Amino acid sequence: METYKLTVNGQPKEVTADPGTPLLWVLREDLKMTGTKYGCGIAACGACTVHVAGIATRSCVVPVSLIGDRPVVTIEGIGQDPVGRAVQDAWVAEDVVQCGYCQSGQIMSAVALLKKTPKPTVTNIEQSMGGNVCRCGTYVRIREAIQTASQQLK
Amino acid sequence: MTTTMTKAAATSAKDLLLSRRSFLRVSATAAGGMIISLYLDLPLAAQEAGQPKPKVYPPDAFVHIKPDGKIVIQVNRLEFGQGVQTSLPMILADEMDADWSQVVAELAPAADVYKDPLFGIQMVGGSGSIAHSFQQYRELGARTRAMLIAAAADQWKVPANQCRTEASVVHGPGGRSVKYADLANAAAQLPVPETVQLKNASDFRLIGKKVRRLDSRPKCDGSLKFGLDLDLPGMKVALVARPPIFGASPKSVDDKAARSIPGVADIFEIPTISKGSAMAVVADKFWTAKQARDRLRIDWDLSKVEHADSVDLFRKYKQLASTKGNVAMARGDDKELDRIAPTSRIVAEYEFPYLAHSPMEPLNTTVRFDGDRAEVWAGSQFQTVDQMAIAEVLGLKPDQITFHTEMAGGGFGRRATPDSHVQREAAAIAKRLKGTPVKLVWTREDDVQGGYYRPMHVHRVEIGIGADGMPAAWRHVVVGQSLTAGTVFASMTIKNGVDESAVEGTSDTHYDIPNFHVSAHHPVVNVPVLWWRSVGHTHNAFVMETLIDELATRAKMDPIAYRGKLLKPDAKKLRGALDLMEEKSAVWRSKLPKGHAVGVACHEAFGTGVACAVDVSIENHRPRMHRVTVAADPGVAVNPLTIESQFQAGVAFGVSQLMAKGAITLKDGHVEQSNFDAYTPPYIADAPVAVDVHIVPSTEKSTGCGEPPVPVISPAVVNALSKLTGKRYRTLPLVTV
Repeated sequence: METYKLTVNGQPKEVTADPGTPLLWVLREDLKMTGTKYGCGIAACGACTVHVAGIATRSCVVPVSLIGDRPVVTIEGIGQDPVGRAVQDAWVAEDVVQCGYCQSGQIMSAVALLKKTPKPTVTNIEQSMGGNVCRCGTYVRIREAIQTASQQLK
Repeated sequence: MTTTMTKAAATSAKDLLLSRRSFLRVSATAAGGMIISLYLDLPLAAQEAGQPKPKVYPPDAFVHIKPDGKIVIQVNRLEFGQGVQTSLPMILADEMDADWSQVVAELAPAADVYKDPLFGIQMVGGSGSIAHSFQQYRELGARTRAMLIAAAADQWKVPANQCRTEASVVHGPGGRSVKYADLANAAAQLPVPETVQLKNASDFRLIGKKVRRLDSRPKCDGSLKFGLDLDLPGMKVALVARPPIFGASPKSVDDKAARSIPGVADIFEIPTISKGSAMAVVADKFWTAKQARDRLRIDWDLSKVEHADSVDLFRKYKQLASTKGNVAMARGDDKELDRIAPTSRIVAEYEFPYLAHSPMEPLNTTVRFDGDRAEVWAGSQFQTVDQMAIAEVLGLKPDQITFHTEMAGGGFGRRATPDSHVQREAAAIAKRLKGTPVKLVWTREDDVQGGYYRPMHVHRVEIGIGADGMPAAWRHVVVGQSLTAGTVFASMTIKNGVDESAVEGTSDTHYDIPNFHVSAHHPVVNVPVLWWRSVGHTHNAFVMETLIDELATRAKMDPIAYRGKLLKPDAKKLRGALDLMEEKSAVWRSKLPKGHAVGVACHEAFGTGVACAVDVSIENHRPRMHRVTVAADPGVAVNPLTIESQFQAGVAFGVSQLMAKGAITLKDGHVEQSNFDAYTPPYIADAPVAVDVHIVPSTEKSTGCGEPPVPVISPAVVNALSKLTGKRYRTLPLVTV
């Protein structure tokens, strides 16, 4: 067991964990931040997506020991960011969610997309969102909500 | 859940209504406010036998008007995406004239008052939530409103009929008004009216309007707690190492390495539902339990269980399909087919694999066993059944189990298990750790490999074509495991040896085929199976709608016109949907880009008629779905926004069947896939880019919208592919185009 100093949503956090523990489980079980979801554990569904130093990252396969001093932002903190807030608002306005379980990850991927590409094309959206599974199948409304957020951010 | 069960429930509902007196009781709460509860009395038979012992029900409420004006409405179903947590409160709030902005929805715990009024157990299934509870929630709202009006009328000493209501306020003569919250205590003292006047549809304020979901914001900011997010003081997490072949047991276990991991609390054997056993690992956290489970060395005894194998099974199923099975439908002359010239016949054989549901939130259940009581947290589609199963394992009575319904991350049928196998595992583990809450978690690997699949099927169809190009004779054999054999539901769904869920959508087709014969074989296989969103319609619609399309092509007729001609005159919902789809897609169908083709399909499931047209091209050897137009007739549309969403997303779910890696296969008893890398659900680029949904206006009773979107899309896509490639696609998944 090792002790790690993390910055999560701008707050300093200290956790003691096995070095191989994925960031996902540190967030969910040590820091009690359950907005980030477990879906597959092999980076194949995107439910666990967080931002590490601004990059959309599958937290289920990143050991906590590799985070270092890079800031982590989760769904609980993304609303403090103007793009994050716009995406969340667009998701509500477009009534995107169904079961909602994948949507933390979808939103985190969408925010990363819009920060890099404020006016995304269909191809941009499919590439950036291409690793996020929504088993309910809300993809059409996800596409619409990304465009709505993009408009809001003009 | 099957259409058959819906029908059976509709029949037994009459008995239920006759045999039970239900009435409302009102009470003031200690904290102030008013609670309305629906109480079910003893069965009439018991009353007639002179034992009218009133059963004491817990004070479960449907409506709670709080002093601050909040109106808390209990939802008698699991919410797992389908939207009932919004639409059922809409129905109640509309009749009650509640201020919608103040409505809070809660998922009700397991209790008799929350049982489905038709099915008689607390459950979600058969796309029946709105269909079965529409009237119930309207009456609850209307009675609450009537009592609030009576309280205001008493206070003002005016006749009740001079009062009206709007947005949680009663307005009386002379400009007087009073808020519901200020009337709640007085209203709670009044008797519940036996009869109430329901609104005219023209007076609805919420029903029929596009209302956004109540659970959106907390699902977008990470604050909503699903079952898997539950965190209780002192809670442990359990994982289970299950046998690699269903029903097997460990010969020997070496758990030394596993136990050496700090945080591991216990490792022990538990029984599995399939008469085998498994090893439970209990630890302080998920990751600890996972590490420990990975380090278990188990030598399994695989000698006493059947080793199912997909290749062998398909071979056996095809042999069976060439023989007549138990008769599901016999109309006209079965010999007519043989009199039709071979050149005017089609013989088609279809293969469908096992499918896992794989809801995004992996299966889980938390149980704390306290000796004479237990508390359970589960995202369950079958609260009543699961509560009974847990009670049985713990040696308790169901009413000693407090059962909380947790918000669930999808289900698609997977959380409705007649054998409650997940809850039984959780209870068996919690029993050993008395006093400690234990959360049982299934990993994704456990889910993909854990059985309870949509069964694999073979269909063999022989069609004789008449001189007019329409089917004159149709002989259809379906082979697949029964979903309900051996369960409490068998008596409802198995008739004459036919599990009606295996043939639904074929045996009751709305196409007018004069000589029509359907039979079924149900082999017994050592693979647990379960209903998968839209159940038998998943494969039956595919077979019917691809064959009808093939017939239309042979007849050189437009596929929509052909279907319109072949539909029975009484197939009103399907015809309405087909006509509306034709109209709404006419413009884009008439100017398809080069390399694109349109595919159509229509199918009725769970009482809802659905038709769709899809614009398909082939990109990277896969179907690219540019656009879908769907039309549906679900009767009265309670929340058109929810319906639109259900259809848009439901067609994407339906694409699961077409994914190149969209099959669960077994080899020598072992499931060959273990996660989304090998059993792949549709991603954003696999699903239709745009879906426009159109609802046929209706004043008929509401029918379901959760499952009916699923069956139409895969045959429609394949029908388009056939136009592009000239090939027929009769084996799913779609490995090659």
